[in-house]
Amino acid sequence: MAQTRRKERLDRGIRVRTDGLYALMSWRELSYLTLPRVVLIFGVLALPFVMPSMYWQRVISIVCIYSFLAISFDLLAHFVGLVSLGGAFFVGVGSYLAAILNTSLGLPVALTIPISTVLGATICTALLLPCLPLRGVYFAIVTLMYPLALARVIEALNILGGTDGIMGVASFPSRWVEQYFMIGALLLFLFAIRRLVNLDLGLVLRAVKDNDQAVRASGMNVTFYKAIAVFIASAMGCLAGASLVHIYMWAGISQFALDFSILPIAATVIGGAGTLTGPLLGCFILVPISELLRAFGTLRIVFYSLILVGFIVFRSEGIMVYAQRKYHQFERWVKV
Amino acid sequence: MTREPILEVKELTKAFGGIMALHRVSFNVYEGEIVGIIGPNGSGKTTLINCITGFIKLSSGKVLFRGKDITGKAAHKIADMGITRTFQIMRPYYTLPAYKNLVIPLFSPRARRTGGWRGGGKLGDRNTVGIDILEEIGFERDSFVPYKLASTLPTGYLKRLELARCLALRPEIIFCDEVFSGLSMSEIASMVPLIERLQMDGITLVMIEHRLRELFRVANRVMVLNFGEKLMEGSAEEIMASEEVKEAYFGSEEVEEVMSHA
Repeated sequence: MAQTRRKERLDRGIRVRTDGLYALMSWRELSYLTLPRVVLIFGVLALPFVMPSMYWQRVISIVCIYSFLAISFDLLAHFVGLVSLGGAFFVGVGSYLAAILNTSLGLPVALTIPISTVLGATICTALLLPCLPLRGVYFAIVTLMYPLALARVIEALNILGGTDGIMGVASFPSRWVEQYFMIGALLLFLFAIRRLVNLDLGLVLRAVKDNDQAVRASGMNVTFYKAIAVFIASAMGCLAGASLVHIYMWAGISQFALDFSILPIAATVIGGAGTLTGPLLGCFILVPISELLRAFGTLRIVFYSLILVGFIVFRSEGIMVYAQRKYHQFERWVKV
Repeated sequence: MTREPILEVKELTKAFGGIMALHRVSFNVYEGEIVGIIGPNGSGKTTLINCITGFIKLSSGKVLFRGKDITGKAAHKIADMGITRTFQIMRPYYTLPAYKNLVIPLFSPRARRTGGWRGGGKLGDRNTVGIDILEEIGFERDSFVPYKLASTLPTGYLKRLELARCLALRPEIIFCDEVFSGLSMSEIASMVPLIERLQMDGITLVMIEHRLRELFRVANRVMVLNFGEKLMEGSAEEIMASEEVKEAYFGSEEVEEVMSHA
């Protein structure tokens, strides 16, 4: 049977009038633009109050840690074209650095986190630099190789506490400080990165993804710009790792676990690739689900996989892309 | 015009494995002229550009730019010196609007160094400079065209966008890899004066072309490549008169047709 109706999509007025730049004419339009952001910011800020128990408050911090990694993955994969499996690498480097700075040098939490963020990002970028001039799958392989290798090195040489890890790391002053530090930093990075990808520098990064040959022909060193992006992404990962150490008060080789690489990717798929907010939403869905399923023991991986497969089959574009479309466009059925 | 060559290519050789893509090609380019490079398919024209602009490493030979050796330098460093190129298969940033495509070259060190505010430096807004350049190159300023995604632009505009990307760098030389190919007759007709204007602005052009009639109209000198070797070099008339070139390239009927139109 021939199709007689089709779905027509129309941009809402304000999107039509200006393409990308908005001219605001009324409170209505102002709220149309700001409401999603306000809901996100205040929603996330309210979470520690809403959570019923200590256990679930701790989950918020873990969600934030995965969100950092997911945003970092999204930035590299969809704005620079580097598929990174390096979540575990960044977390591991960041957490060991923070643990060493805290236990050996006695630095307070307020210093260990920023220092290990910057220092960790520098180390990660330097270690990944050799594979940046290459195109293709090499970056993914190398980022996957490092955490595996580093964990084995620590184990085999029995350095940095060996398999026991580094114990006795200071914790955050209180759980409120912990949670609001995580949430604040997360929101800051989220909006900063969203801003970055629309700056001229961000356009260059996106151009590297689109077409690195043309960027070279424009007289720019592609490797240098890739390194900038890797630095930013690994800084987020190291910040997550450093915070994680102070939350658990312990650094060990389990911080090189591949969960930190894989879960953010799954969250990005569910939340909507290339939206930056989507990965965050994805983490806010996936991590609690994974906690809820903890009661099922190893079976939770099965449930977890089913949810993932369901999303990939039925909503492969991701929640955020879907939501943005619904928000910005009218839909109606018209006769063909 | 001073006869100091702006670009000297000496005995350039490139072998892909056992295949000799270019064999001891030498030529000079003088400031302000338009040099055409022609040759049958597979004769090494694009490889020649790739070697000179650093996109592939050459096997042996030398490339001098204003007397300075640029052989084997990285592509972005060569572009930074003002030696720019277009791609035969257009390489725009498809996910960006046309004018945003120019923000990238305008952000480059060369544009920031040489362009001043016109290059979108400290005081200039790269978006408006980008639209200015697009207007110069034939995008209608007050239409939607400069704001459209590059993926939705037709071939003619993409070819212009390639040139615009070079212009944003304030180049000294532009290597044009088949800017006329794939264009309709009317698009070519509007492209030719553009090329002539670039020459008047003092930009040296090296053009690889299969559209001989248009090339012979604008080129001061033409070089013929065949099987990776330089067959001859001379004015358009000399090339068309040459028996050697006819045999290697045109086929006798075709050259008469071209001659009758030129």
